[in-house]
Amino acid sequence: MAFVNKHFKTLQILVLLMFFCMLCLLVTPDETNILWRFPALFAGFPGAINGFAEHLMYDWFPVEVYDSDLEEYETSALIRELTRGFSGGVLFCIQFVREILLGGVKTIVAFTSWDFVGDNKWAVWPALPWTVVLGGTILLGYALKGKLLALLAGITTSYIAIFGQWEPAMETLSFVLIAAPVSCLLGLFFGAVAYKSKTAETILMPLLNVAQTMPHFSYLIPVMVFFGVGDHAGAIATIIFATPPMIRLTLLGLKRVSPEVVEAGSMSGCSNSQMMLKVLIPTARRDILIGTNQVIMQCLAMAVIASFIGAKGLGFNLLLALNQLRIGQALELGICIVLIAVVLDKLSLAWANKQTDYFADSSYFQRHKYGIIFLIFMATCVILTFVGKIIFGGFINYFYLIPHNQGITTEPFWQAGVDWMVENWYHGLQTFNNWLIIDVLMPMKAAYLGMPVSATFVLVMGIGYIIGGWRSALIVGGFLLFIAFTEWWDRALITAYMTSFAVIVSAVIGVIVGSLCAQNRFASKMILIVCDTLQTFPSFIYLIPVIMLFGVTDTSVLIAVVVYATIPATRYTVEGLRSVPATLQDAGSMSGVNKFQRWVNIEMPLAFPHIMLGINQTVVFALFMVIIGAMIGTDDLGQYILKALSDKNGIGNGLMLGLCVAFIGLAVDHLIRTWADQKKIALGMT
Amino acid sequence: MPSQISAAKPVIKCTSVYKVFGENAKKLLSQSNGHVDAKIFKDSGCVVGVNNASFEVFEGEILVVMGLSGSGKSTLLRCISRLTDTTAGDIFIDGQDLLAMTPKQLIELRRNKMGMVFQSFGLLPHKTVLENIAFPLQVKGKSTEESMTRALEMVELVGLDGRENYFPRQLSGGQQQRVGIARSLAVEPDIWFLDEPFSALDPLIRKEMQDEFLRLQGVLNKTILFVTHDFNEALRLADRIAIMKDGVIEQLDTPANIVLCPATEYVRKFTEEVPREKVLKIESVMEPAVHASMLGPLQVSKDAIIFTVAEAVLTEAKHVAVVDGLGHIVGSVHASKIIHMLFGNANTTDDNL
Repeated sequence: MAFVNKHFKTLQILVLLMFFCMLCLLVTPDETNILWRFPALFAGFPGAINGFAEHLMYDWFPVEVYDSDLEEYETSALIRELTRGFSGGVLFCIQFVREILLGGVKTIVAFTSWDFVGDNKWAVWPALPWTVVLGGTILLGYALKGKLLALLAGITTSYIAIFGQWEPAMETLSFVLIAAPVSCLLGLFFGAVAYKSKTAETILMPLLNVAQTMPHFSYLIPVMVFFGVGDHAGAIATIIFATPPMIRLTLLGLKRVSPEVVEAGSMSGCSNSQMMLKVLIPTARRDILIGTNQVIMQCLAMAVIASFIGAKGLGFNLLLALNQLRIGQALELGICIVLIAVVLDKLSLAWANKQTDYFADSSYFQRHKYGIIFLIFMATCVILTFVGKIIFGGFINYFYLIPHNQGITTEPFWQAGVDWMVENWYHGLQTFNNWLIIDVLMPMKAAYLGMPVSATFVLVMGIGYIIGGWRSALIVGGFLLFIAFTEWWDRALITAYMTSFAVIVSAVIGVIVGSLCAQNRFASKMILIVCDTLQTFPSFIYLIPVIMLFGVTDTSVLIAVVVYATIPATRYTVEGLRSVPATLQDAGSMSGVNKFQRWVNIEMPLAFPHIMLGINQTVVFALFMVIIGAMIGTDDLGQYILKALSDKNGIGNGLMLGLCVAFIGLAVDHLIRTWADQKKIALGMT
Repeated sequence: MPSQISAAKPVIKCTSVYKVFGENAKKLLSQSNGHVDAKIFKDSGCVVGVNNASFEVFEGEILVVMGLSGSGKSTLLRCISRLTDTTAGDIFIDGQDLLAMTPKQLIELRRNKMGMVFQSFGLLPHKTVLENIAFPLQVKGKSTEESMTRALEMVELVGLDGRENYFPRQLSGGQQQRVGIARSLAVEPDIWFLDEPFSALDPLIRKEMQDEFLRLQGVLNKTILFVTHDFNEALRLADRIAIMKDGVIEQLDTPANIVLCPATEYVRKFTEEVPREKVLKIESVMEPAVHASMLGPLQVSKDAIIFTVAEAVLTEAKHVAVVDGLGHIVGSVHASKIIHMLFGNANTTDDNL
C-alpha cells in the first residue's frame, strides 16, 4: 500500500497509457466505427455561419441611404453601411499618412474638390524627400536614447532608401502608423474597463484567450467579408490582432499599481477620470508600454499576412518574391521589415524609459532645440532636393525619392549563393531531407493518423484528470470534442503532429542552450539579447532562409517552426535558472555540489515551473508558425484556412478552422498552466 | 489637557464603528446585536477589522492609534478617511455625517479638509517632487503657477530645497516621506491622517522624522490621527493613545495614564518595559503646592518630561515649584518623589497615586 501511495501519479500514468495502447490496438480503423472517428456533427456550422454573415451584411435591418453618384435613395443593410463608413474612415487616415510620406492628391481632394485639383497644377502634395525622413529618424533616435539608436535609425532609413524599397516601406509604415495607435488606444480603453468592472473582465478574458491563440489567417476572412479588400482591411485585421495583448498588459499594469498610490490619489480628491488618467495609467506606464511594444511587433508581423487581403507595401512584395522563389529579393525585403520592426521597437522602448528633464529654467531654444534642428535640416534637404533636380536633370532625382527597384540590389549575389548551395550542398541537404521525411516525419504522421479518436480522448482527458482533476479533464475534453465533431479531425491531427514534433525539438534545444548559457552571467545576458532581437522578427521572415536551403518541403516548414519556437523555450529556461534565489545557490555551494549536481538538484526543480511556461509559449509559437507554413504547402488545418481565404463563402470554414487551431492551443495551455501553478504553490513561489 | 479639550467641539466623532470584511458581513452584524465575537465571525468566513469603536478627536489634538499588525488600526483610519466603507456605525467630521456623503461631497471634503500620509509613501513615480506635492492642488483645479508656488513653499517647509526636480526613486526613504508629508499638507487640511508614516524608515531617520513631525505640528496645529505599531513612538507623539487589539480599542487615554494604570493585561505588557521618567510629565508626580517658604528658587513646567528636569530637581534640597504655561504655581515636587519614581517599585508608585 505504501508503494501505491508513494508512486500514485506514476501508476495513474501507467494505467492511462495501458488503456490508450489497448484502444489503439483494438479499435478497427473504419469510417463508420464511432470509436475510430466521431461523426462530423458540426459539418453544417460553416454553412450556417456563412448564411448568418450574408444575412447580416445584405438583409438585416435595411436602411435608406442616399447615393450621391446615382443621386437617389437606395436600400442597403445597416451593417453594410456601417462597415463601409468605417472602412472609408480608416482608408482615408492611411491615405493621409501615406501622402504625407509619399505625396499625392487624394487627401487634398477630400478637403477641396477634383475640379480644384484639376484647375490648379500646384495643388499636389509633394513627397517628403527621403533625406528629411532620414534626418528626422536620426534626430528622434538621438533625442530619445542617444548616439547608438540614432545610428541604428540612420542605417535603417538609408538601407531602405538605397536598396530601392522606399515606396513599399513607406506604404507599410503608413498603415502601421494608423493601426498601432488605434490598437493602443483600444487596448487601453478595454484594459481600463476590465480593471474597473469585474464582469467586463470575466467576459473579456476567455475572448482574449481565444483571440490570442487563433491563427493570423483566420482573422483575415471575416474582415474580408465585412470590410472588403485593401489597405483598410489589412489595417483592421491588424488592429483586431494587435489589440488583445495590449488589453492584457494594460490590465496587468493597472492591477500592479500599489494600493497606497490609489489611496493617495483618492485622498488628494481625484475624481474617477482624474484617477484613471493622472494616477493609474501613468503609474502603470511600464507594463502599458510593453503592451505598446507588442502592438508594434504584431503590426509588422501582420504586414506580410495582411497583404493576402490587399494591404500594399513590403509584405505584399515579400509575398510576391517568395512565390516567385526570388530569394535575394525576399531577403532584402525581409531585412527591411526586420529593421523597421527593430527600430520602432527600440524607439518605443526608449520613449518608455525616457526620463523627463524637469530642470526648468532652460531657454526657449534649449527646450525646442530638436524641433529647431529638424526644421533647419528639413529646409536644407528641400534645397538639396532642388539641387538634385538640376544635377540629375530629367533622370531620377536620387535626393528626392528613389523609385522602387531603382536602388542597389544584392539579388544576383544571393541568387548566385543559392545556386552555389544547390550545386554543392544538394546531396547532403537532400540526404538529410529524405532521412527526416522518410524515417521520422512519415512514421510519426502515420502514428498520429492511426490513432482512434477514442484513444486520443482517453489520453488527453486522462492527462487532464491527473493534472487538474475532473475540471481539467472536462475542459480539455470539451476543446477536443469541438474539433472531433468538425470534418477536419484528420487535419487537426496533422497540425498536432507537426506542432508536437517542433515543440519536442525546440524544447530540447531551448532547454539545453538555455541551461548552458545560464551558467554564466555574461552568456545569459547575451542570449537574452539574441532572443529579444529574434522575437522582433516577424514570423514570416523565418521562412526565407529555410526555403533557400531546403526548397519547398515539409522540412522547410518544420525547421522554420523549430527556429521560431526555440526562442521562448530558451528565454524562459535562462530566466528560470537565473532567478533561483542566491541563498539556495549558496546553500548548494556549501553542501559541496558540482555544476551538474547543482543543475539537477537545485536549479532545475526550482526553475521547472517557469520553464514549463516557456514550453507553453513554444507550443503557441509553433502552432502559429505551422499554420503560416501553409504558405509553403502543408496539408494540415493551415492549408484549409488558406483555401478558405480564397473562397467566396470562406468565412464559416475559416472561423471554424481558426477555432480548431485555437482550441488545440488552449487545451495545451490549460494543462501546462494548471500544472505550473500547482507546482509553484507546492514550491511556495506565489 | 483633557479638561481643555472636552470643552472644544470634536472634529472627528465615531460612534460604534464596525468594519467586517466578508460576503455577508452586514447580515451577520445585524444578527449579533452589537456583541461581536471575532471567532464566531471567522467561522462564517468574515474577518472583523474594527469592533465597536467609539471615540472623539478634538481640534489640535494628536490621537495616536497603536496596535500590532492585524489589530485593525489601519482599517479604522481607512474607515474615517472613507477609503473603505464602514459596515456599521456613525462617523462625523466637523458635525457632518461622513457616511451619508455623496461621492462628490466626499471628493470636496478630501480636497479641502483632509490630508493623508502613507506607510510606503504612495508617491506617483512619474512625477517629480514638486509635481507630486502640487498634485492635490492641480486635481482641485488650481492654476499651474499657483500650485507650483504653493508646492515650493511646502518643499521648503519639509526641508527638501534643491531637490524639487528629483523623482521619487532618486530620494532616500526619509526624503520620500517628507514629500508625502508635504503633499498631504499642500491643501492646508484641517485633519491630518498619518498611516504608520515612519515605520518603513531606519531607526535614526525615524527619530529625526518624529522631531520634524512635532516641529510641524507646533507650527500648524492640525487635528491628527496617527497610526503606529511602535509604542514608544506613540508615547513620544501622542496627546492621547488608543491601543487596539483584534479590532477592539482596549484603552484610550493620555500616555501617562496608560503607563500608570493600564486598563487590561494586554496594555500592561506594553507598558512593562517603558522607562516611566521618559514618559511621565512632572504633572503626574506633582503634589499640592506647599507654602512659599518651603520652595526653592527652581521652577519647572508641569508639562516637562520628568527625565529632562530630573537632574535639576535632584540637586535642589527644597521643594521645587511646578508652574503652568502662564507661570502660575500649580503644585510642587520634591527630589524624594523623583527618586522614588526612578528607583521605587512600580506597583507602589501606582498605589501612591
